[in-house]
Amino acid sequence: MIRRVLLHGLGRGLLTRRPGTRRGGFSLDWDGKVSEIKKKIKSILPGTPRDLLPDTSHLPPEHSDVVIVGGGVLGLSVAYWLKKLENRQGGMRVLVVERDHTYSQASTGLSVGGICQQFSLPENIQLSLFSASFLRNINEYLAVTNAPPLDLQFNPSGYLLLASEKDAAAMESNVKVQKQEGAKVCLMSPDQLRNKFPWINTEGVALASYGMENEGWFDPWCLLHGLRQKLASMGVFFCQGEVTRFVTSSQCMLTTNDEMVTLKSIHEVHVKMDHSLEYQPVECAIVINAAGAWSAQIAALAGIGKGPPGTLQGTKLPVEPRKRYVYVWHCPQGPGLETPLVADTSGAYFRREGLGSNYLGGRSPTEEEEPDPANLEVDHDFFQEKVWPHLALRVPAFETLKVQTAWAGYYDYNTFDQNGVVGPHPLVVNMYFATGFSGHGLQQAPGVGRAVAEMILEGSFQTIDLSPFLFNRFYLGEKTQENNIM
Amino acid sequence: MAAPWLSLRLVAPMWNGTRGIHRLGGAVVPEGNQKKERTMLQFLTDHFYDVEALRGYLLQREMSKVHLKNRFRDKEWIRPDKYGHFSPEFWNFREVPVEAVDASDCEINYEGLDNLLLLKELQSLSLQRCPHVDDWCLSRLYPLADSLQELSLAGCPRVSERGLACLYHLQNLRRLDISDLPAVSNPGLTQILVEEMLPNCQVVGVNWAEGLKLGPEEQPQDPASPVPA
Repeated sequence: MIRRVLLHGLGRGLLTRRPGTRRGGFSLDWDGKVSEIKKKIKSILPGTPRDLLPDTSHLPPEHSDVVIVGGGVLGLSVAYWLKKLENRQGGMRVLVVERDHTYSQASTGLSVGGICQQFSLPENIQLSLFSASFLRNINEYLAVTNAPPLDLQFNPSGYLLLASEKDAAAMESNVKVQKQEGAKVCLMSPDQLRNKFPWINTEGVALASYGMENEGWFDPWCLLHGLRQKLASMGVFFCQGEVTRFVTSSQCMLTTNDEMVTLKSIHEVHVKMDHSLEYQPVECAIVINAAGAWSAQIAALAGIGKGPPGTLQGTKLPVEPRKRYVYVWHCPQGPGLETPLVADTSGAYFRREGLGSNYLGGRSPTEEEEPDPANLEVDHDFFQEKVWPHLALRVPAFETLKVQTAWAGYYDYNTFDQNGVVGPHPLVVNMYFATGFSGHGLQQAPGVGRAVAEMILEGSFQTIDLSPFLFNRFYLGEKTQENNIM
Repeated sequence: MAAPWLSLRLVAPMWNGTRGIHRLGGAVVPEGNQKKERTMLQFLTDHFYDVEALRGYLLQREMSKVHLKNRFRDKEWIRPDKYGHFSPEFWNFREVPVEAVDASDCEINYEGLDNLLLLKELQSLSLQRCPHVDDWCLSRLYPLADSLQELSLAGCPRVSERGLACLYHLQNLRRLDISDLPAVSNPGLTQILVEEMLPNCQVVGVNWAEGLKLGPEEQPQDPASPVPA
């Protein structure tokens, strides 16, 4: 009799929902009750029964409206804005799938953390301006009850970009565009530069642009943590796993020109658990590709790029991982507290780190010098040969310095035009991109997240128009080139 | 001394009602019933030190209340009355450049600074103990670089050394008060770095010895001064 009652109770439980799948949703100590029931069964039934009610708390839910592949700052930003802009509270179930919960290789944590508005494209400038106001008001956006306020450790010291003779005209026109969009940037001649920053050697510098407000650097981990905390409070699901398969369904349709086109739609995502063959199929309506340096693999899983080259089906997502080094050094006679993030004519950059005469910086290698992105090992010779000479030339105090530490991180590098990819794919209709920002993803994440959420919820960009960043441009060959990349 | 305290309480409300503080400052006031209070106050002040100390304390408190006060050339500070309203004659001084702004304890924030940044001849700015002034706000102060000579940030809970780095633009600054900033991680070192950054400026704030620890054998004791013969 007891057995029948127990099984009957269990049967009802099995039909309604799988216990353990929804974490933290009940205050009735569901997990405790489940373990009690399991104990009762074990004591009643003879032998060791096979595992009834296995623990599934590590698996993602079976259904989710939106699945975001990638839990870095861009993925979390999209999740945040989706939940913030949804019309009905709790109306949309969002799942964030992140392969590595330690974020050991994620670009977000390894980033230098800079934010600046000195771009050539108006859209980039607007994204950066919005991100600055987001970071300034971060405790209103990401407030969580009973959690302490976030301290981003923002240094409003600005960016100083130096231009040689041949780049001076481009810099002048860029600054004009930046001023039009509302960025507070000023141009400086070499004399003014020497006056303002006496530690700079202005040899070879024809013009400099200095950001006065809303520019500087901050702690990316704090932003990541703040977003995760806020999303957990908003009811977003997190799962540690790897997306291994998309199950799609296709529809053949005729365009107005009577051409056949196959539109695909992803209706299931297979999420595989770490160190195991176990996977969970998640039924979904929308998939967002925010996988950073590995976005191309995710896109390939959905069949993007599988077709004859030169066609829309054959256009791959041109995002690949590029390794970039960051070195930290100590220089006791170096520039003081007022040092901005200085980007030299050679591409080398550095900024102050803390109060103890420490600096960090690096340089983007040329195409021929590109290191192998298979791992994140640091090449110290690169600093000695390719970074230090330029630094020492620009700042004579840096002739005597001592490297303390270094690390490497990936850029999700867009080989086409070094700008982000945002918005839906023309053929895989429910995959949205938020990737490919080639080193300025962190500083544009809040704006891009909002843009993608608007695209999903309203159908078009509402605040900042990111149409130049759509996927179509790869097929049409129209480059949205950004000239100011570090 | 219980009795004098009771009489002090009686005196204080009468003060606020009749703007006695201004009278204490020596400005001209109408005669009449003030005479009686003045003599009583004088009498008390002459006879009790406590009254004098209390009067001085109340005067200081009135002067540093939560109101925006301005000063313009060769005149006194313009202060609001006890309701926080400015007198209508203030409008006549629209064209006069504002030299100093005292925004201590004021809830001014990032957007509110828009108003202050329009004052192209501002020489002295006090943002003491403003709860919403943080590093972002300091990065907005550079338009005042040509005229600003005195800046006080004492007691602002959100200002850190990262915001102080932005003060580099204020090259005409002669006096900077950065005392009592709880968000600054290393006050002694910050003071040194700010002094290096602004060589023409007198930086008041932290004694550099604050960050140092006393050695084990040193005793905080002055040697006895020799007794004069």
